[in-house]
Amino acid sequence: MASFLLKRILQAVFVVFVVTLTVSFAIRLTGDPALMLSQGAGSVTEEDLANIRQALGLNEPFIAQYWDFIKGLFVGDFGRSFLGGTSVSLLISKALPATLALAFSSMLVSIAISIPLGIHAAVNKGKTADQVIRILSLVGLSFPNFWLAIMLVLVFSIMLQWLPPSGMSGFASFIMPAVTMGVILTATNVRLVRTAMLETLRSQYIQVARAKGLSESKVLYKHALRNCAIPLITYFGLQFGGLLGGIVVIERVFNWPGLGTLAFDAVAGRDYPVLQAVITVLSLLIIGVNLLVDIAYGLVDPRIRNR
Amino acid sequence: MAQAVSRLRHFKNIEFILGILLAGTMTLLVLLSPLLFPDGGEQINLTARLTKPFTDWAHILGTDPLGRDVLARVITGGKISLLVGFTSVAGAVVVGVVMGLISGYYRGFWDMLVMRFADVQLALPFILLAITFIAIVGGGITNTIILLIVSQWVQYARLVRGSVLSLNDREFIHAAKAIGVPDFKILFQHLLPNLAGPVIVLMTLNVATNILLESSLTFLGLGVDPTIPSWGGMLADGRTYLQNAWWVSVFPGLAILFTVLGLNLLGDWLRDLLDPTGRTET
Repeated sequence: MASFLLKRILQAVFVVFVVTLTVSFAIRLTGDPALMLSQGAGSVTEEDLANIRQALGLNEPFIAQYWDFIKGLFVGDFGRSFLGGTSVSLLISKALPATLALAFSSMLVSIAISIPLGIHAAVNKGKTADQVIRILSLVGLSFPNFWLAIMLVLVFSIMLQWLPPSGMSGFASFIMPAVTMGVILTATNVRLVRTAMLETLRSQYIQVARAKGLSESKVLYKHALRNCAIPLITYFGLQFGGLLGGIVVIERVFNWPGLGTLAFDAVAGRDYPVLQAVITVLSLLIIGVNLLVDIAYGLVDPRIRNR
Repeated sequence: MAQAVSRLRHFKNIEFILGILLAGTMTLLVLLSPLLFPDGGEQINLTARLTKPFTDWAHILGTDPLGRDVLARVITGGKISLLVGFTSVAGAVVVGVVMGLISGYYRGFWDMLVMRFADVQLALPFILLAITFIAIVGGGITNTIILLIVSQWVQYARLVRGSVLSLNDREFIHAAKAIGVPDFKILFQHLLPNLAGPVIVLMTLNVATNILLESSLTFLGLGVDPTIPSWGGMLADGRTYLQNAWWVSVFPGLAILFTVLGLNLLGDWLRDLLDPTGRTET
């Protein structure tokens, strides 16, 4: 177990290293921030540019800048925004909870829909209900998430005027973004639940549970569901990356004050410290969750460790 | 049981027919768009602006705030999606299959390099890669295609590598090695044909995914130039006048849905066709 843990952690550290190095390097390639910062500032001399570069630490060699970035990472200091000079950590600490709150509510919506539907499909395998669910899940995989978001806004904000079209303000504002991402996730999850359930339903303890006369709902929800919980939690955990990626897009439609909105504003304003920080934080989150899922799975199922 | 199986077969046929019908019709319409709509939906006609759909035969799907025909723009805009979808998959297949063959066949350092690289890419969601990439090189059709190739080849490399690892120990590969067939021939003549099936399935589903990704990028202003009609661009446009012209946002989305659903149905059908063992299982 110790060697398995060590191996997985080393792999994760390596991935973090490569991602942060690539992102820092790539962002330096996008152009001279000093030039962009001074645009529209009237006459700018070469001396002014040199001063800006000096102030931003851009004269240091790349490796030194990267090292500063890594040191900052450990103490949660991402430098200051090029625009307005706000502390990047402050911006992140405001946006991150908004994104995470949306991620968890989407996950909840998806679990609430996909578990009963997936079980229903597995129990009725090959019958009409199964086929309808299968087609619906294919449909769910066939349109862009932002289009669903726009259609929800059209119906519930513009036509019916039930829900706020944008922003984060209380429970009502969560409904449309969470349902959008929840539905997209459900399209994949229904199939996962169905497959996991079909496998479990073949087990002997299910036959025993049925033979001793338990009600069908007890067999399904108490015995079968519990036993396929481990693979399902793994799948759901590994979806985290895709979920965050989707949320970044959805935030744009709903003007959600999260990391996605922060990232797009940073791209538009060439605000590299912010962009670098957002990408780093999101990748760290994803790598971290994947690592936890792997370790948890290794703890529960010893066969995984030796792979 | 027999009845269930026959019903399943029947369903599989419906899946195929529906898939061909949706994807085929959309592709055909898009390919014929220069003949059907010679002006490419660019004609501005302010007297006919904001025509509602299904009220005027000249503009069945209505017009946008500049009086441009929505149907013409939707069909013409499909060219971008199909072009990006198909070329990016073709590129990713070539890169991914070659990388997968080499890393699965030779193993060792090369294999480790490719697989670690794949790990890194899997940890980075597409949209983050896209933001970084587009911030560096800028948007446009070519860059969008390159970005999709860069982000998608890994899937093919992993798939091919896995199959090669299991094929390496089969007798026909041992035999080919024993009689001195050059590596190049073993890779492309003996290994490649044996893993074509799953690669083709992945390709079909991947065209669908890439059409969705391109539309997302363009919607966010990171992909194709917004002045060229494209589905993602039209949706970004339509969002600003959602209040008074819902149809401008609805129809490009439906076009994406029909095309991608058709491809997904075909991919699903192909997968079951090429992998009969999975037919009754999942």
